[in-house]
Amino acid sequence: MATVPASSSAPRVRQATNLARAASLLQRQGVLIALALLILFGALRYEGFLSPYNISTVLRYNSMFGLIALGMTFVIMTGGIDLSVGSVAALASVVAALLSPYGMLVGVLVPVLVGMLVGFTNGWIITRLNILPFIVTLAMLLAARGLALIFANNTSVGVSYETDFTYFGKGDFFGVPIPALVLFAAFILGSVMLSFTRFGRHVLAVGGNEEASRLMGLPVERTKIAVYTLSGALAGLAGVILAAQFGAGQPTEGLGWELSSIASVVVGGTLLTGGMGSVGATLAGVLLLGLIFNILNFENGRGSISLSAYWQSVIRGSFLLVVVLLQNRLTRRDQRS
Amino acid sequence: MANADTTVPRPTRRIVMPSWVGGVGQTYGALIALLLLILFNLIFTSNFVTEQTLYVNLTQVATVVIVATGMTLVIATGGIDLSVGSLMAIAGALAPIIFLSKIPPFSDPFVGNVLAFIIPVLVAGVFGLFNGTLVTRFKIQPIIATLVLFIAGRGIAQVITNGNLQAFTNPGFQYIGLGRPLGIPLQVILMLAIVALFAWIMRVTIFGRYVLAVGGNESAARLAGVPVSWVKLAVYGISGLLSGIAGLIVIARNASSDANLVGLDMELDAIAAVAVGGTPLTGGRATVVGTLIGALIIQLIRYTLLVHGVPDAAARVVKAAIILLAVYVQRQRRS
Amino acid sequence: MEQVEPLLRMEGITKTFPGAIALQDASLTVGRAEVHALVGQNGAGKSTLIKILTGAYRRDGGTIIFDGRQVDFHSPQQAQANGVSTIYQEVNLVPFRSVSENIFMGREPRRYGLIDRRRMNADSAALLARFRIHIDVTQPLLTFNVATQQMVAVARAVSFQSKLVVMDEPTSSLDEREVATLFEVIRQLKSEGVSVIFVSHRLDELYAVCDRVTIMRDGRTVESRPMSEITKLELVASMLGKELGEVRRSGATGFGEGVHHAEEQLLDARDLQRDRVLQGASLSVRAGEIVGLAGLLGSGRTETARAVFGADPVQAGEVLMDGKTVRFKSPRDAIRAGLGFCTEDRKTEGIIPHMSVRENLTLALLPTLTRYGIVQRDKQQVIVDNFIKRLGIKTSGPDQKIRELSGGNQQKVLLARWLCMNPRLLILDEPTRGIDVGAKGEIQSLINELADQGLGVLMISSEIEELTEGSDRIVVLRDGKTVAELPHEEVTQSAIMDAMAHGPENPAEAGSVAVAGGGAGG
Repeated sequence: MATVPASSSAPRVRQATNLARAASLLQRQGVLIALALLILFGALRYEGFLSPYNISTVLRYNSMFGLIALGMTFVIMTGGIDLSVGSVAALASVVAALLSPYGMLVGVLVPVLVGMLVGFTNGWIITRLNILPFIVTLAMLLAARGLALIFANNTSVGVSYETDFTYFGKGDFFGVPIPALVLFAAFILGSVMLSFTRFGRHVLAVGGNEEASRLMGLPVERTKIAVYTLSGALAGLAGVILAAQFGAGQPTEGLGWELSSIASVVVGGTLLTGGMGSVGATLAGVLLLGLIFNILNFENGRGSISLSAYWQSVIRGSFLLVVVLLQNRLTRRDQRS
Repeated sequence: MANADTTVPRPTRRIVMPSWVGGVGQTYGALIALLLLILFNLIFTSNFVTEQTLYVNLTQVATVVIVATGMTLVIATGGIDLSVGSLMAIAGALAPIIFLSKIPPFSDPFVGNVLAFIIPVLVAGVFGLFNGTLVTRFKIQPIIATLVLFIAGRGIAQVITNGNLQAFTNPGFQYIGLGRPLGIPLQVILMLAIVALFAWIMRVTIFGRYVLAVGGNESAARLAGVPVSWVKLAVYGISGLLSGIAGLIVIARNASSDANLVGLDMELDAIAAVAVGGTPLTGGRATVVGTLIGALIIQLIRYTLLVHGVPDAAARVVKAAIILLAVYVQRQRRS
Repeated sequence: MEQVEPLLRMEGITKTFPGAIALQDASLTVGRAEVHALVGQNGAGKSTLIKILTGAYRRDGGTIIFDGRQVDFHSPQQAQANGVSTIYQEVNLVPFRSVSENIFMGREPRRYGLIDRRRMNADSAALLARFRIHIDVTQPLLTFNVATQQMVAVARAVSFQSKLVVMDEPTSSLDEREVATLFEVIRQLKSEGVSVIFVSHRLDELYAVCDRVTIMRDGRTVESRPMSEITKLELVASMLGKELGEVRRSGATGFGEGVHHAEEQLLDARDLQRDRVLQGASLSVRAGEIVGLAGLLGSGRTETARAVFGADPVQAGEVLMDGKTVRFKSPRDAIRAGLGFCTEDRKTEGIIPHMSVRENLTLALLPTLTRYGIVQRDKQQVIVDNFIKRLGIKTSGPDQKIRELSGGNQQKVLLARWLCMNPRLLILDEPTRGIDVGAKGEIQSLINELADQGLGVLMISSEIEELTEGSDRIVVLRDGKTVAELPHEEVTQSAIMDAMAHGPENPAEAGSVAVAGGGAGG
């Protein structure tokens, strides 16, 4: 009995460090590398891919998804989920269109406030009534859509061209589309907030280990309410851009946006279990999934193949699958070691 | 541990229910709510007691209930399936291709129609198994695993049809959506049959018990020899099959298949029906009959509001409030 | 007298939970710059006492004097602010965040409203350097091994200017070298005048680093002595509440007298290894005998059972059934081979709470009660009724949900889950834990009866009577290793305790004990 070789009790060399570092590097930088490769591919293959026109078109359109995905990143980092963002964007677009005669300031601020209010309600119900985020925001998805239809009287609401409102969606500033500027500003702010404020650190702590956060005395409930409010506000902002860009508040727009933005966040390497993520990688994820559509257009334009635009969903879905499987491998290996 | 031995066994006082009612016991609240709604309509809604009202409401919920039945099983194991709407679209896209095909054996009207039922449903089932594989074999969270097909699935359907609306007239095939044997819409019969079948499966089969055991306490189930992975794989497969059936009903009813629209938002409607019906999202308990009741409640509220002049948009807000209220009340009762 | 006043004095602490007394007149006195061991069996009240100290629980009675003042902490945060920090068994930090963030979480230094990372990193590095730990504090916590993570937790605790650091089983997931590093830190703390309360089940560790020990049993403080004045054997005896050399069969349990007639070899597990928890566990069970599996907490008893049952993979070693090598990939395989496993933790690994007594009882048997996938209710009913009667399960009926039953009755249902399978070998992990005295005796005599009928039983228990009176043979584990096998004639309480305390003659062990002795003496 008990003839254990002495070596087995000797301390094992731990490889955790290097592997985990490699894993986190790949998780964080993988999407950036993929984005760079995709851009390189496009630039070499298609004429006009890097033209100012194409770049601003891609950015102008994807700014809405970017803003929503930014809010979703914060929510997911706390371990939650926000399904209401698409409807909130639709609601905000209607409110913006209705208020567009009063000018840009009102037309932008009020819809954002409406989004914040919806988000705050989500957060309040989730923390105070202790109902799963999935259910609460699912209900809010229905409610916000209903409100959007009520305000819009079941049809799309044209915006006023009398005021400067549409400038917010269609205008340029030194050649850069305004929505793109808004997007970059939001991501820079979001990035700073995440890395350099207590709020940002607490978001990650709450998602990483809620119990530990509580023991450390962090304001867990307040942090959660704040992220849902933020997500609502950003969805509101996306709604404003929607209205300003397409000239109408659209109560039926935004279907499925919540799930595609979750996909962007996941592709960006943010863990759905919370506690880890990067705002920049989410932006890369959004652009990556957005560029797939752009490249498909160019490829069809060359005439060598004829892939319908519908392939983009298939490609996006496959992309998500590959990312998820890869992440899974990395994290599992990480856990084992 | 502290109060381990102080619990006095509760005396039996159970209201005896006919066995076909199945899991209704745990969804009394939902049943009462449904009855109250019906009562309200009996009093305040004119022409409520007509065959037409009945069938309008039932056909409205048929596809939701069919999909939500599969969703109930998935949720009972502690999972979720977001891909159901996309799988409906895939099934809906495949069927017309098969029965419109000129290639034998599909060109034969009878064989073509039969295969147009079978193949799309099986394909949807295989996609369901794909979901299940991601969940069991690769240990990916159900919400992400099924998000893959939520996105790609609709794309696949659109690619199959090239995004075009496929209009058709095919009475043989459309019987599934338009047929009325004995005056009852076939889709309603199908819905009731599927609910009855799965209520029965959950009640009498070993599979039903395994589903609940896996959702109730996965590690205990594993230690008791329950084939956990197999059970999970099966529920996602079933969810896929039922989505396929629902997809066929939708296109048969519309006499056209539009991959962009078939099954849109279905995952949310189905989850809402499950939640209102009294199946907690945390798994371990399930009531298929409750899900039927949940879907009926949501539909009847909408109907009641509409006939009383409340616009559809406002009805959505009320629906949202009902879902939250239902989940909140059930949560309170449990704790 | 100001000089010698102890740092902490807890006296007459009582705490009652609904239906159970957790602490009764418990006390704990910790001197300044003292490393104080707190030991006791599971359920002895250590955790409750610590939680009362750190404000996680409120006490029902008694006084706490800390640093000369009477205190009454309402939350762990408040305790921390007043100089009492706690380090938990599971590292209670945020894995994905950097080391420095974890240390300063909740009180990050700020400049112009933004977090001053440079200062945070510098302060963290300086703090860790005090314990001679030099790591890149900007890396996520999870990139470091568990020991380093524990050090970070210690650093966080100390950075609150703690006077007392409570360490609740900090070493349970550390290997030897990591433990040595932690001890360095503890000695460093001590030299800085900080006191430490150290909870561990590994006796060697207590002797290596602690100055005094307080022993708890059944919610009371039994004794408190300098570490150097108590032998390991005395310590174990005191924890278990046994006098040394006590007679071996007192008849206090439901087990009968006499030996079972052991038959052919059923199970033979050899040299099982898994990570650090199993390092050469071996045991065998014959048909018709009860083998007791003894060991202190953390000795790998449950892990051994799980490995045998196919619930956890093993890295080395083999399991033989009827002399043939078997490889159970899952519990399902083990069940098919005739094994049953009644788990220690009923709630997380035993009952399916929302299912009925009927379904819980027949869960493992279901495949044989099924025809064409349909469960045959009449067959099921016969078995369920039979076992409810035979085991005297108190329930309003087979349809009652199992979670509504008392602990003892739940345990009987779980026993019945395996008995109805007619298993050849039953593994019972703490079969009578948390069960009232009446049900306990019934379960014990049932086990006895089953062994008489030819069932092989492997029984894990922390109760020494249950082992001595119930077992035909006892296997003792220590640190995941089989250290002794006591045949029937040699089964005595002191023999078991001796093996649990000292293990086999082993040069390495002896060495560490010697070091420990030196440390305690000096």
